[in-house]
Amino acid sequence: MTETYLSSLNAGLHRAMQSDPRVHFLGEDILDPYGGAFKVAKGLSTAFPDRVWPTPISEAAITGVAVGLAMRGMRPVAEMMFGDFLTLAADQLINHAAKFPWMFNGGVTMPLVVRAPMGARRGYGATHSQSLEKHFLGVPGLWVVAPSVAGDPGALIEQSIGLDEPVLFIESKTCYARSLVSCPDGMTREAFATSEAPFETVRFRWKVAEPDGVMCCYGGMTPVALDAIRVLAASEGLRLDLVVFAQLSPTPVSHLQWMLASAPGVCAIVEESSVMAGWSSEWIAAITLSEAPPLGAPRRFVRVGSRHEPIGSGKQIEHRTLPQVEDLVAAVVSEF
Amino acid sequence: MNAGATLMSPLRLQVHDRFASLGELYGALRGIRTFEQSLLDLFGKGVLAGTTHTCLGQEATAVGVVAALDRDRDIIFSNHRGHGHFLAYCGEVERLYLEVMGHPSGVCAGRGGSQHLYWRNFYSNGIQGGIVPVTTGMALAEKIKGSGAIATVFLGDGTLGQGAVYEALNIAALWSLPVMFVVDDNAYAQSTPRDLQLAGSMRTRFEAFGIRVDERTTTDVQVVLAAACDVADAVRRHTRPGALVIHNYRLGPHSKGDDTRDPAEIQDAWTREPLGVVAAKLPADEVARLDADVDAIVKQARTRALALALGEGAHQ
Repeated sequence: MTETYLSSLNAGLHRAMQSDPRVHFLGEDILDPYGGAFKVAKGLSTAFPDRVWPTPISEAAITGVAVGLAMRGMRPVAEMMFGDFLTLAADQLINHAAKFPWMFNGGVTMPLVVRAPMGARRGYGATHSQSLEKHFLGVPGLWVVAPSVAGDPGALIEQSIGLDEPVLFIESKTCYARSLVSCPDGMTREAFATSEAPFETVRFRWKVAEPDGVMCCYGGMTPVALDAIRVLAASEGLRLDLVVFAQLSPTPVSHLQWMLASAPGVCAIVEESSVMAGWSSEWIAAITLSEAPPLGAPRRFVRVGSRHEPIGSGKQIEHRTLPQVEDLVAAVVSEF
Repeated sequence: MNAGATLMSPLRLQVHDRFASLGELYGALRGIRTFEQSLLDLFGKGVLAGTTHTCLGQEATAVGVVAALDRDRDIIFSNHRGHGHFLAYCGEVERLYLEVMGHPSGVCAGRGGSQHLYWRNFYSNGIQGGIVPVTTGMALAEKIKGSGAIATVFLGDGTLGQGAVYEALNIAALWSLPVMFVVDDNAYAQSTPRDLQLAGSMRTRFEAFGIRVDERTTTDVQVVLAAACDVADAVRRHTRPGALVIHNYRLGPHSKGDDTRDPAEIQDAWTREPLGVVAAKLPADEVARLDADVDAIVKQARTRALALALGEGAHQ
């Protein structure tokens, strides 16, 4: 498959803008030929010159203007150049976008998408490498969604744009250049969504009656997790299915039953953020407190994330801070 | 429409456009004044809970600015101190009482309360500054749609401390958007006098972005209305932003009971309060009649709302 995460996203944006004249695109440095810092917007300003708005360096106003556009009939897509800058947009996302539809008793809709690339492994340093999405989980009224190489990023951005509610769309810098993965060798692919949790979760299953467990991830950790489950199978004889989420918030608990079906044993939850008070914490709580046995206790959980420290710029320092394939493998092996 | 349970003929104050008579404008000021005073009374007696921010002393800014607008299509985004703007826009006094009381028949079915209102093209939020880029985006949408509508956002003197405001001014000017920025300067940001929080001048903040400013020191609704018409009409005609700065004074507390200002200063400001300014230009008997008529509507709205929200027979 030659399609990459980036080309898929770019194609999805083109399709969305082509099919709906209300879709507008805002962000910094998005005009062609530059097409955005990570080129996700490439071609949009040429194809749709009246609907692509290059902005000043004003993340709060970029997001706020998008909120206003959404409230008055447009379907804006706002780009944050780096996900680290989402802190500047937080007031607009949390105190405006997420609240207006509810506070105004359904009188306004908020078909807003804010896209932000997260992630390290490029030596960009502490303020350009973070995975800050965990700080936006659990905001009532705000969806948080993340494409991965295991899914269809272009379809996901279209689905997000088509929703009448605000979506924080978390992309991965290091995944842009990667090819999409239809299905790893020796595995099968399943996908699952529900009406209350409509963003599809993907599960790669080993062709065995009962695997040794599952590994769960999303977004930028997907390539790392794919490598880890291959190493575990090849070197340790351990087969963990891989569950790749697209919907981070609200927690898609309606996917729980399906996600853990036929997979007792170890549940390894891996993320690029540090684990404290984050995504893996939420899943461990959701699984443990789930009403339907045997999803709940007893189950062995393992979670892997970055060290609890800022991300250094030097290659070796950064490597040590971030979760690597060997860290995931070691964490799982320690449970057996 | 978004009001919760259906209300039978809710009581409304009259609303007016720029051709209103002086008596009509006075009635609009009186409606806001009586309503705001009654809220403070109800909070003071413990009948209402939560918070509220009344606009006593600033009624002329509310009535004058809103009367200059095209009520059929223009957008207003107001702030925590928005009752005057709301009542001048739609007159929905009974629904506003019910909203502050948290009742399902309130403006937002009790979800928004005093600071978070939505009615047709009127919006309000309780976060300083953030509404300015939102309103700028709304103006962009209207420009895209070619609706001819303008979007007005109300700021306070304190709001000028907020960074997002300047981001929005820059974008509004850069993209030539039909936004009218109204600074309702009431001399205090909560407990902080203007000179303790604002460097430079209000005017030059807008001029820095090439935005025309009209500035008045006034509590006279006719002066506000004339200036607002100038600014709003220019915004609409040229599809570019404009600013109106009104220097007036907050006669009541920031919210409730939190007023540490010098009583002599407040007392002096009362001599220039907006209702008195207009009353001096009208026959005394007309003023008395307007007072009685408007107060009767507000009082009846209050009584009905209390009965609905707190049970039959509840009265204050």
